[in-house]
Amino acid sequence: MALLAVADLSVSFRTPGGVLTAVRGMSFDVQAGETVAIVGESGSGKSAALLAILGLLPSNGHAAGSVRFGGQELLTAGAAALGRVRGRQIGMVFQDASGALNPTMTVGAQVAEVAARHLDLGPRAALAYARAVLGAVGLEPPRRRAGEYPGRWSGGMRRRAALAIALAGRPRLLLADEPTAGLDATVARAVLDRLDRLRSEAGMAAVLVSHDLGVVASVADRVLIAYAGRIVEQGSVGDIFARAAHPYTAALLGALPGRGVLRPIPGGTPDPRYLGPGCAFAARCHQAVRGCALAEPAAYPAPGEDGHSARCWLWHPDAPAPLRPGRGGGHVGP
Amino acid sequence: MSGPEAPLLLVENLYRHFGGGSATVAAVDGVSCAIGRGEALGLVGESGSGKSTLGRVVVGLDAPTSGRVLVAGLPPRRRGRPALPRQVQMVFQDPAAALDPRRSVAASVTEGLDLSRRQRERRAVELLEAVGLPAATAGRFPWALSGGQCQRVALARALSMQPRLLVADEPLAALDASTAAQMLLLLQGLHRAQGLAYLFIAHDLTMVRHLADRIAVMYAGRFVEVAPTESLWGRPVHPYTRALLDAVPPPVPPVSRAVSPPGLLGEPGARSAVGCPFAPRCPHAVGRCRVEAPALRAFGPDHLAACHQAEGLPPWRLR
Repeated sequence: MALLAVADLSVSFRTPGGVLTAVRGMSFDVQAGETVAIVGESGSGKSAALLAILGLLPSNGHAAGSVRFGGQELLTAGAAALGRVRGRQIGMVFQDASGALNPTMTVGAQVAEVAARHLDLGPRAALAYARAVLGAVGLEPPRRRAGEYPGRWSGGMRRRAALAIALAGRPRLLLADEPTAGLDATVARAVLDRLDRLRSEAGMAAVLVSHDLGVVASVADRVLIAYAGRIVEQGSVGDIFARAAHPYTAALLGALPGRGVLRPIPGGTPDPRYLGPGCAFAARCHQAVRGCALAEPAAYPAPGEDGHSARCWLWHPDAPAPLRPGRGGGHVGP
Repeated sequence: MSGPEAPLLLVENLYRHFGGGSATVAAVDGVSCAIGRGEALGLVGESGSGKSTLGRVVVGLDAPTSGRVLVAGLPPRRRGRPALPRQVQMVFQDPAAALDPRRSVAASVTEGLDLSRRQRERRAVELLEAVGLPAATAGRFPWALSGGQCQRVALARALSMQPRLLVADEPLAALDASTAAQMLLLLQGLHRAQGLAYLFIAHDLTMVRHLADRIAVMYAGRFVEVAPTESLWGRPVHPYTRALLDAVPPPVPPVSRAVSPPGLLGEPGARSAVGCPFAPRCPHAVGRCRVEAPALRAFGPDHLAACHQAEGLPPWRLR
């Protein structure tokens, strides 16, 4: 059984301009000890999906579908049940790490508080444990760092302190929204290195949400590509990079700097209020055929490992093979 | 750099210190550099390295503690106030904050121009089209635009002055990958087609590589390496430059997991007041590094680096 099973998750928000549907039926599984990356641009619904999984949507938000964690349904769970899962079973790190830290408490006390609550430790044992966690996320020397206040710390250190708080309850699953955004390259690398070590040493599963395909590539087992509220492709890291099946994934790879000539994707992401009946990427897709704008494709299997699939008409079993993207190393270009 | 005429930007022995007494922070600690006409200089370094302060001093938003800045032969401040020549303009990381929310795009873009109303409207549309925005954007307001569109508007406003040097401070950092790539191509086009020169400040080396002719690597207020872009990527000398290049995600992920720690010691930003500022983080530092600050030395054509141990480092090999 999957550790986390998300099925047909939809998230909508009531806004003054009408109902805005940010997530339109996402389904995916996360196995124990597995790192899954959700990659998409702003407006793809990736962060809304993460908040919905945790039951942390703002009051104007509404989630439908199913989110099962270790067999327990989270979407309909009450506040008390959710409180037992959050922090203890599922740790979370948000993009704004400063908001997760209390400026009036030492970092060590904040980590120890979480450890004491979730691991049932006494104050002294909790503080000793907190120091160990600070060391594990690379805040050296942990004894001194534990006694400091977060106010004067750099962004990278705060991000790692937030990570330490998320990890203090020894969660089985970590959810992280843009864990490395805004960090310097060498710091980002250190954070990812810590995450990966926790996965291999403690068997922790992780869902990393990012807009940067390059960043998550080195730590993820599987990658989900989100576009306009749907997962348009999912597969192993190897399949996503070597055999990108969806034209959007191929275009994202082409827009990554450092892979030769830059090929940005023309146009912008669609307004979720005005989506047509067809594939949401059709207007920007240079491989689109007439039918693409008329009806939405389902997720069809794509070549590579099991579980590699793409929501694209070109992978419909009856589609003519020569039209298919992904040939020539994952690049689709003019 | 071009010919005998003066460079477009000249920075000589520049210092910018904040605070005083024992709490003094040397944000810029003795930097000299030049940008030729039509040249793009990339400036990389981690947060706190002083790269943004250097950019602000160059455009006159901040005054140096000592040293000299000349833009097209003129200082960017006179009598303690910014007096930036029109040939230099700046764009910032947060485009939405750089635009007045109460002004229409057309008004923002043409605010520095002395034109009649009709000329103004025509000029706004020209400028917007030059940055790839539809003419209809002119009547809209910043809050109705995406981050990428706002950054294009900020660029159009900078271009309205017909600058020869654009100081861009992390202009892509707040944008999505594909939007950033669009913006980068636009900046590249202005550089190649119109000879616009850049001081392009970023922490992302891969972005800088696509635009810069030369790259300066800054650590703790000093340039630790300055080199033509391909020379820096091919033969990085300084251990900090090497750590930055090592941290660049590989274009294609290897079959096995690729994460390895960056191989630096201490906390980011750790610096030493005496000797080499990078010594506390450098895995190759020896006794001399902690007492004597290294000067920039030549390691190839136009390739300068400041490291005592450069000759003793292992040969460079990208992962």
